[in-house]
Amino acid sequence: MSPIKLNIVRGDEGTGRNFVEYEVPYSEGISLLDAIIWIREHVDPSLSVRYSCRSANACKECMAMVDGKVKYLCSLRANEGQSVTIEPLKARPWIKDLTTVME
Amino acid sequence: MDKEQYCTDVLVIGSGAAGMMAARAAADEGASVIIVDKSLIGRGGATIIAQMTVAVALGEAEDDNPDIHFNDTMEGSRGLADPEIVRTVVDRGPEVINELEGYGVRFARSENGKRSQVVSPGHTKKRCVYVDILNTGGATSNGLRKAIWKNERIDRIKNVMITRLVKYEGNVVGAVGFSMEDMIPVSITASQIILATGGLTEIYERNSASANMTGDGFLLAAEAGSELNDMEMVQFFPIAHLFPPLVGIDPIMWDPFRYKLGGRLLNGMQEEFMDSYAGEEAGKYTATRDMTSFAIFKEVEAGRGTPHGGAYLDFRMVPEEKLREGFGPVIDILLSQGVDLTKDLVEVAPMAHFMLGGVSVDKNMKTSVEGLLACGELIHGMHGANRLSGNAITEALVTGRVAGETAARTKKEIYPDIVASELDAEWQKLQQFWYPREVSKDEESTLALRKKLQQVMWRGAGPLRTKEDLDNALDEIKKLQEESKGIALARQEKYSLSVVEKIENYNMAIIGEAIIKGALERKESRGAHVRLDYPELLQDVYGLGFNLNDSGEWTLTKRDMTTTEGS
Repeated sequence: MSPIKLNIVRGDEGTGRNFVEYEVPYSEGISLLDAIIWIREHVDPSLSVRYSCRSANACKECMAMVDGKVKYLCSLRANEGQSVTIEPLKARPWIKDLTTVME
Repeated sequence: MDKEQYCTDVLVIGSGAAGMMAARAAADEGASVIIVDKSLIGRGGATIIAQMTVAVALGEAEDDNPDIHFNDTMEGSRGLADPEIVRTVVDRGPEVINELEGYGVRFARSENGKRSQVVSPGHTKKRCVYVDILNTGGATSNGLRKAIWKNERIDRIKNVMITRLVKYEGNVVGAVGFSMEDMIPVSITASQIILATGGLTEIYERNSASANMTGDGFLLAAEAGSELNDMEMVQFFPIAHLFPPLVGIDPIMWDPFRYKLGGRLLNGMQEEFMDSYAGEEAGKYTATRDMTSFAIFKEVEAGRGTPHGGAYLDFRMVPEEKLREGFGPVIDILLSQGVDLTKDLVEVAPMAHFMLGGVSVDKNMKTSVEGLLACGELIHGMHGANRLSGNAITEALVTGRVAGETAARTKKEIYPDIVASELDAEWQKLQQFWYPREVSKDEESTLALRKKLQQVMWRGAGPLRTKEDLDNALDEIKKLQEESKGIALARQEKYSLSVVEKIENYNMAIIGEAIIKGALERKESRGAHVRLDYPELLQDVYGLGFNLNDSGEWTLTKRDMTTTEGS
């Protein structure tokens, strides 16, 4: 099965904004949040992202821009071989990587 | 060095239903309040995911009163609940539901305008109120967020993890920790501190709650000198959702539907198996939670599990119109994710669901340490060895309100200088803990280590326990305490998840040890605690007290409860 390709914004105001591409093995039902957690576990633990409920679509913390649209990362399934761009929300002050200031 | 230092009458740590209710109650009593959470305020924890019901004796669907609710809860607890705590919670249940409605939470009402109440297992009356559609916890969180947001006495501090409570002359006088967003030290001086940090389900490989439920508050309380009770009592839910991955549902949502529609459990060969363990008849639903967990485990062990290590839940024999009637809108949530219950099976398995044991408190939610209170899932006393469905949010709301009131009415001197110097000391300790060596990348993944820990707890101290497995788990968890302490992390200037996870991992390993030790000590099977090598329920009822001694070791003491049973 071909991996998922995630193109993710890294950095903060100090370092500037860069896209980094990651390849994550596909598994049935994997969400974009699962894929990001896989990256943190296996590739780079310093990738910052907000999440709490993980898949109940309850906490609303994992909101981000997915291919230019506001989405919840936990609620989007990745497709085999898919290439997807993930950025922090534009309307909120940026903290780091995918995290922004939220209430 | 940048740092943030705050001062308040009442500090609330944790912001689920219990924490937000405590903050509001203390503010209502005139106190200044700070509510702090390592996640966002009112977004993490268990409440927001809870889709089911709240048990309160309103008596609107049929005759009911708090005395009957009390008896049902005591009966369900297998002799281990504290009657004073249960009494406090059931008596004020109706009041807090009315309060929530004042914050805009719309409980479902029937055509006569009265609140809809349904029966849940263990309750002898139609007692459980709910918010449509599967939105009880979400609506409760939402209402309470509004209730604290617009209160000028309450300040909110998000993304700050409290790592230690500060004590002076035997009293708790403040809390210290750090801000994740800026990675700077933070202290809060307070007259009274309320712990409302929730449960510890994340300690287990399979669990049904938010990722941040790592049991931090149990350790904060124990390190401050407060006693924990019955830590071996973790409730597992036998048929939580396992596969396929679904979004927007509570993993435990299958249970009431199975109850209502008679879903069948099948093993990996698609054969029924419950009859050979519990004599359960196809389509009926009579086996207790522990028996169902046992049967699923045994099938998996015998190589007859489903592909992901559970059992199948089957509704195919239920006519489509019945399914639609029973599941309501949920059937469309499932269909939109490719699950058609008229054709498809889903996989279910036992999962860690709720912490029954916890911090010992009196009926005013005071711990044994002056200045420290606790409430919500963190406390011990409401559920004993088994929690009834619907009693968790009732407990959170009432004990939160009681803790807030007690704290606001108890004033003592504050010691900002002591707290300030403790903040500097704690920050030095944290630097040592996180960065024992300078490294450019975390030496080991904190998430990988967490998985190891969760597997040890699941295999050794999960739903079915034996001395051999518990002994092995104890050895493993001791090693993981050292391993989690030893990992050097790379410095990150903002929003480092690794530093939080390292602390959480260490906390989980220490608290996990308490669970294992308690499970070894309790040589019987009672409610949620099932020892395959001690299947009998003992005549003598006893509770287990857990204290951390000066060298950081757990000491256990037995407390005879035979005399208080049923009183």
